[in-house]
Parts: sequence; structure tokens; C-alpha cells
Amino acid sequence: MLYAILCYHEEDVVWSWSKEQDEAVMARLAEVQGPLIQAGKMGPSLRLLPTTAATTLRKTQEPPLVIDGPFAETKEQLLGFYVVDVADLKEALGIARELASANPGGAYELRPIALYNPDQRPGAA
Amino acid sequence: MNEVGGIDGAWIEGALLAARPRAVGALLRYFRDLDLAEEAFQDACLRALTAWPKNGPPRDPAAWLILVGRNAALDGVRRRARQAPLPEDDRLSDLEDAETPLAERLDDSHYRDDVLRLLFICCHPALPKTQQVALALRIVAGLTVAQIARAFLVTDTAMEQRITRAKAKIGKAEVPFASPDAHERAERLSAVSAMIYLVFNEGYSAGDGDYRQRLCGDAIRLGRLLLRLFPTEAEIMGLVALMLLQHSRLAARFDGAGEIVLLDDQDRGRWDGKLIAEGLALIEKALRHRQPGPYQLQAAIAALHARATRQEETDWVQIDLLYAVLERVQPSPVVTLNRAVAVSRARGPGPALAMVEPLAATLSGYFHFHGLRGALLWQLGQRDAARIAFDKAIALAQSTAEAAHIRRNLDRLLAGAEAPR
Repeated sequence: MLYAILCYHEEDVVWSWSKEQDEAVMARLAEVQGPLIQAGKMGPSLRLLPTTAATTLRKTQEPPLVIDGPFAETKEQLLGFYVVDVADLKEALGIARELASANPGGAYELRPIALYNPDQRPGAA
Repeated sequence: MNEVGGIDGAWIEGALLAARPRAVGALLRYFRDLDLAEEAFQDACLRALTAWPKNGPPRDPAAWLILVGRNAALDGVRRRARQAPLPEDDRLSDLEDAETPLAERLDDSHYRDDVLRLLFICCHPALPKTQQVALALRIVAGLTVAQIARAFLVTDTAMEQRITRAKAKIGKAEVPFASPDAHERAERLSAVSAMIYLVFNEGYSAGDGDYRQRLCGDAIRLGRLLLRLFPTEAEIMGLVALMLLQHSRLAARFDGAGEIVLLDDQDRGRWDGKLIAEGLALIEKALRHRQPGPYQLQAAIAALHARATRQEETDWVQIDLLYAVLERVQPSPVVTLNRAVAVSRARGPGPALAMVEPLAATLSGYFHFHGLRGALLWQLGQRDAARIAFDKAIALAQSTAEAAHIRRNLDRLLAGAEAPR
């Protein structure tokens, strides 16, 4: 069984951490992750940039509407996500539009990734 | 670690710092008095230090601080009126219930004008720039007078006086409490952006490494906050991107002895990749709006430097084009001088020198003018004129690193070497 563990916190506070505080938290997390990697239980993990860096594609209308900022509605629920490797926001928006045409309704929030750790399981590409 | 209820001292400190602009801004709206608002916030912070470890962190720290600060200040007013102490601690117990409706009322749209107003009163036109920065650091970022004094290299007493005078000026001036209309809001945003960038630059050029980190960090935090409240403003995206991209070079900008390392000579491996990624994401968002302004253009230029993993890969043609637009949007001899650097790399020393020569009237007392002019003359084979220009530059250098950089060029020139391109 695969589980996603979604991380929520106050970004004001987390992005106010000093380099030393940030590194201390990361070091504590690495201690927890170490044995999990050894046990072949760690899939990919990632850290997102702040919501100020986000762009949202509202796909409840045709053509979809590009909005600055994170997805702020509470009516819809988080159902999944993609990680795409692109040159810039324009390319990412292009992909999101293609996906939207296949599956309209709801929204895609495009958030740049600050740190990406690939799949750590044995045999994972 | 002193950890109770899942929160530690560092978390509380971070939460208080992050909540400060919103909380002080809201308290200022209630009390319409800066000193009272600050005092109320201070009071609320003290109570947070005892209440949060005991009861766990509140769901919305800013809302908690506003409510507690307001109650504490009202108690203080009543107490002074009656000259009799009131019981304090037992009235804290029902706070968790009261917090919920308040937190629901105070969404981002309420905070928006509070934060903007708080920042805006720090950039009152009657205040000189240095006082604007000092006041913002004191009121919005919450630095102590002693910390600001150290950052500005003045005595505590001098800084205390400066801040008191600034507050007195604001006290006499009309503080705009009515919600601004769209036009006023745009004007305030522009004044506030300029002030945040001043705070950043104060940090950027600070001699003390700790203050570089602290002031630049404060400016970036305020910029991010402003952008969260005004998520569609392209120039705020540009401002935050510009600060992030400049700040990303912090570790590479100084050598082991604390001397400035110029951009061309920096170890790009020491640039902060996370800050660069955020800066690039923001400038891409901003440029989609097709409303180029000075911050966006400067950020776009910084982005081209950040994208070049080696100095030789820098896209000087694009930088030249961006400076050309910046010259139109915000004409200044220094912008033209910076453009000439890009022109020399993109099109050669001849066109660059032609761009630099007319600036002599305004920039003849400026180190970079003579430094660049010397380098261009050398590249064009005019060695004597180059030597004279380098001598002038050295005489005008503001730091030993600047002087040393030119002296290295001068030594090579005198040794008969060809000009570096």
C-alpha cells in the first residue's frame, strides 16, 4: 500500500526560520528518514516553495482561468498531484491546460518545488 | 529543548515575529495610537510566552495576539483610570473560545489594509529615508533600538532620538485610518514597496554579517507578506523576486576576510539555490502580466545572472535589452552606466564607451564610472587614457575591495597585458 503524507504548517513561521533553525529541523527529519530508507519504505519526498510563488489554473470554465496565488477555495478537496520537469512556468501551464482539457472542473495549483528527493525504494528509477 | 504542548521557544519566537505586522496593524486600527498599539502587542507577546506552552499554540497566532493585546490595553486604560489593580490571569482561561469568531472575522482582506497602513505610516513623506527605515525596523520588524543603532553604526541614544522624532512627526501628521480607495491603495503600495527595498538595501550594504542576514530577511518577509495580501500585483512579485535573487548571493559576496567579492569573481556554487528558485518563479509569474515596472526589470536582469551557472554563460544581449527598457521606465545615469556594462559584453567596447562618455557630467565623482571607462579604454587600446581613468577610480573607491579590483587591472595594464574581455 502506498500512502502520501501531506505536510501542513504556517508558512510565515517556517519561512522565517533562520538557516540554522531550518537545518536543525532538516537534520532531525533526516534521522527519522534514515531507517525508513534502509527499510525500503521511502518513496519520493519534496518541499514546496511558499504559496506566494504559486499560480492557479481554474478549470471550471473554458478556457481555464489563470489566477495568481494558491488555490484558496475550501469547496473542493485535494485529490492528487503531478510532478513535472519543465523549463519555466509557461511550460508548466501548458501541461496543466492539456490535462484540464482531458479533465475539466476544479483547479490545478502550480507550485514550484524547493527540494525534491527521488524515490528511495530499491529498484525504483 | 524546552518543549511543552508540541511548541518550543524558537517556534514561539518565529510565530510572534511572523504575526507582528498583522497584529500591530490591527491594534493600531483599534487604538489609533502607535505607542498604545505597540505596548498592547508587547503585552500580548509576554502573555503568549506563558499561555502557549501551557495551552498549546493557538490556531491563529495573529488573531490571538490581537484579542489579548486589545484586552490587555483596555485593562491598562481602565486600571489607570481607577488607579486600582485588576485580577489578570484568570481572565485568560476563556480565550480559546473567544478566539474562534475573531479569527473567522479577520481573514486576509481585513489584514490587508491594516498591514498596508502600518507600513505606510513608516514612509511618511516628512520623514527622511533613514528615519523611514529605522521606524519600519522598530515598529514593523520589531528590532530593538539597540539592534537598529548597531545596524546603522550610531549610538543607542542617537537612534532613540531619531525614532522618537520620527514618531512625533507621524503623531502630528494625519494618519489615514479610512480604508483606501483603489488609487490610494496603489500609491500606498508603491511607497511601501520603496520603503521595503530601502530596508533590504540597508541590510545588503551592512558591514556586520548578522545584520545583513537579519535586515534582508526582514525585508523579504515583509515583501512576501505584502504579496500574499496583494497576490496579483506584478511589481510586488518583482520586488520580492529582486530581493530573493540578490540575497541568494549573500554567502558568495564576501570572502573569508569579510571583503566584498564582485559578481564576476563569485563562486556561484555558494549561491542559495532555494532563494533563486523562488525568485525565478516569482519573476516568471510577474512577467505574464506584461506590465513591466522597475522592480520586475531589475529582477529579470538579476534572474539572467542567476540562471548563468558560469559567468561566461551570462546572456548579455538580453540584459542589454532589459536595461534599455529600464532606461525608458526609470531613466537615470546609473542605469545607463549599468547598461553600458552589458553593451560592452554584448556588442564590444566601442558602443559601450559611446554610451558612457556623455555621463561624465553627472557621474564624474562616481567610482564605477571611472572603473568602467578605464576598462573600456584599455580594451580599445587607449592605454594612457585607461591608466588615468583607473587612477581616478581608485581615488573614489568606497571600499578596499573596490580599490583592489581596479588596482589589479591597473597592474596588468602597466605590465603591458592585453585587456580582459
